[in-house]
Amino acid sequence: MNWALENYDRLAVALGEHVVLVGTALAISLVIALPLGIWTARRPALYVAVMTATGVLYTIPALALFALLIPFMGLGKAPAITALVLYSLLILVRNIAIGIREVPAELIEAADGMGYGKGRRLLRIELPMALPVIVAGIRITVVTQIAVATVAAYINAGGLGDIIFQGITQDFGEKIAAGAMLTSLLAIAADESLKGVERRLRAATSERM
Amino acid sequence: MLGDVLAWLGDHPQAFETAASRHIALSATALAAAMMLALPLALVLVRWHRAAGPVIASVNVLRTIPSLALLAAALPLVGTGFLPSVIALTLYGLPAILINTHTALREIDADVVEAGQGQGMTDRQVMRRIRIPLGLPVIFAGIRTAAVQIVSAATLAAFIGGGGLGELITAGMGTLNIAQLVLGGLAVAALAMATELLFAGLEWSVRRSTGAAA
Amino acid sequence: MIRLEAVSKTFPGAPRPAVDRLDLDVPDGTTCVLIGPSGCGKTTTMRIVNRLIEPSAGRIVVEGQDVTHVDAVELRRRIGYVIQQVGLFPHMTIAQNVATVPQLLGWPAPRIAQRVEEMLALVGLEPAQFLDRYPRHLSGGQRQRVGVARALAADPPVMLMDEPFGAVDPIVRAGLQAELLGILRRLAKTVIFVTHDIDEAIRMGDLVAIMKDGRLVQCASPEALLSAPKDSFVADFVGADRALKRLTLSTAGEAATSAPAGASAPVVSPATSLRDLLSLLLAAGADAAAVVDAGGTPLGSVSLATIRERAAARKA
Repeated sequence: MNWALENYDRLAVALGEHVVLVGTALAISLVIALPLGIWTARRPALYVAVMTATGVLYTIPALALFALLIPFMGLGKAPAITALVLYSLLILVRNIAIGIREVPAELIEAADGMGYGKGRRLLRIELPMALPVIVAGIRITVVTQIAVATVAAYINAGGLGDIIFQGITQDFGEKIAAGAMLTSLLAIAADESLKGVERRLRAATSERM
Repeated sequence: MLGDVLAWLGDHPQAFETAASRHIALSATALAAAMMLALPLALVLVRWHRAAGPVIASVNVLRTIPSLALLAAALPLVGTGFLPSVIALTLYGLPAILINTHTALREIDADVVEAGQGQGMTDRQVMRRIRIPLGLPVIFAGIRTAAVQIVSAATLAAFIGGGGLGELITAGMGTLNIAQLVLGGLAVAALAMATELLFAGLEWSVRRSTGAAA
Repeated sequence: MIRLEAVSKTFPGAPRPAVDRLDLDVPDGTTCVLIGPSGCGKTTTMRIVNRLIEPSAGRIVVEGQDVTHVDAVELRRRIGYVIQQVGLFPHMTIAQNVATVPQLLGWPAPRIAQRVEEMLALVGLEPAQFLDRYPRHLSGGQRQRVGVARALAADPPVMLMDEPFGAVDPIVRAGLQAELLGILRRLAKTVIFVTHDIDEAIRMGDLVAIMKDGRLVQCASPEALLSAPKDSFVADFVGADRALKRLTLSTAGEAATSAPAGASAPVVSPATSLRDLLSLLLAAGADAAAVVDAGGTPLGSVSLATIRERAAARKA
């Protein structure tokens, strides 16, 4: 592990790039997925259409999606982030829609009966109650994106994948190991902390002690 | 764009066919291997509860390792080529099958199992006649997930000399041949979708033949 | 007041109307109980009043105003609404739950805070103890009280209650019914109350409206309903024991005469219903009971003969 210890600064830079890639992609995905999820939550036909479209995107392997974007966006961060965003849509839209749909019917009834308008109801009742399921979706998305972003290094987007690819071309096992381990640790850390958030949200929105 | 892609395909049918059949070979071998390892292991874990916890936990860690890293990790150990790729892909698809199978067999409705035991079935008979038939849909869902994951990850086998459709992409990147690059992308996408549809269809028929009986 | 004029509702694809040309008049400050077999349209009717279900035809008048076509969201903020599952928002404190409608109406914060405390006290929940708790910490009965407090918070003149005590156990239910009766009498609200329990209807209602197949069959006071059911359907619905049920409407104190009860007569409080008194006399094998108030003052006696007179059907 000498190399890793001597070059922790390079690893840190790669880690930082990776986090920025995933973070940016997540933010953009949420901005797109939230309205889509809300819009399709109680419209079954639209939901199926959106699920099919995003499902197709999800099925395309990462490298292939990058390849298909390159003619339009060139190399670098733009196609990488675009692909990451397109990937995440399926899970995020699905979880947002399902989260909203599963808000207990009596809460909707009570809210309507008391005079909540649709907009306020969404903001103060449906979305808060849907948060645990939405965060679950974010958790899966982040872990997936961390993995997919490693391949993005191949199209010059940077990140921990860079270290792994260098290890491959230089036949330097330690770089591969360092890159892989850091990626896994990042994924585990994200998974565990989001699991904690999810657990606390479930407790806050539960109806039984 | 599309014209260029088709032109390249027309000029290099052999290269395409080699890449495609290699991709399918890699995926099929890895899927078969993953099934041969994971299915019996799941059965064992259902029996030996105490081993289940740690095994599943370590398999979960396996899940967080990106496919690229798994493939790359094979390098220093077993070199490049077909076999290392298959090994890495098998490990990649293993968790989905193992976890789904284990969960499916363990969480069969306790009432149904009890009814079987009450009729005098041994553990093995319960397994064969109740758990497996009822668990089949979830087990198959795991196989389906693994299949799609493996076909997708096999794209990256190109990085460790394993061949496959990913090679069209890497070669296209290397020579800046956009047509080849896009063809690789389209081919992989098509193959992944075809796998998804194939297994979805199979899963549907499995559900129909066992779900109705439940 | 609430008035429904020729209100009908037919759901798309349904063979017959859920509510069929219904006329209902609920005077100011009275509680009208809607009751009937499953599918009779009682809940649909109630939900037409606050337009959670829009009528296919007819007029809805609330507090003298035709509300059939006004903005439904604004209307609902003026009507208290209580449902069986309560529907307290789990992610909000009790205080925030009760404050819902005042907040929607834009009341200033100090006024809301004071009102929330008043309402909790009104339903028998110590404000300091419950303000910052969450619904999941409360028992079923406590949650239902909060539901009532929430419905009353903005002081609506009109309230709709859909089987509010259906989800609590019988002992708690009896207590809640008594308390609600007390609150409604004090506050003079106009209430539509839906139930499937005829005993609850008789207890809670100033008016009881029996429905069948979307139509109103008979709407009358409990006393009138029990002594003069309009047809065999109503007679069956109120039960073959309606004479006994009528006895629950009178108390020992009301029926007491100055005739002596006898040396070994059982003793009852003036609040005892005549039905319970009858049960007591039969069990004790006595002909009369002495009525004595809490302070020990004798108020007279009630005999079997008196009870028999009262139970006999009177011509309306």
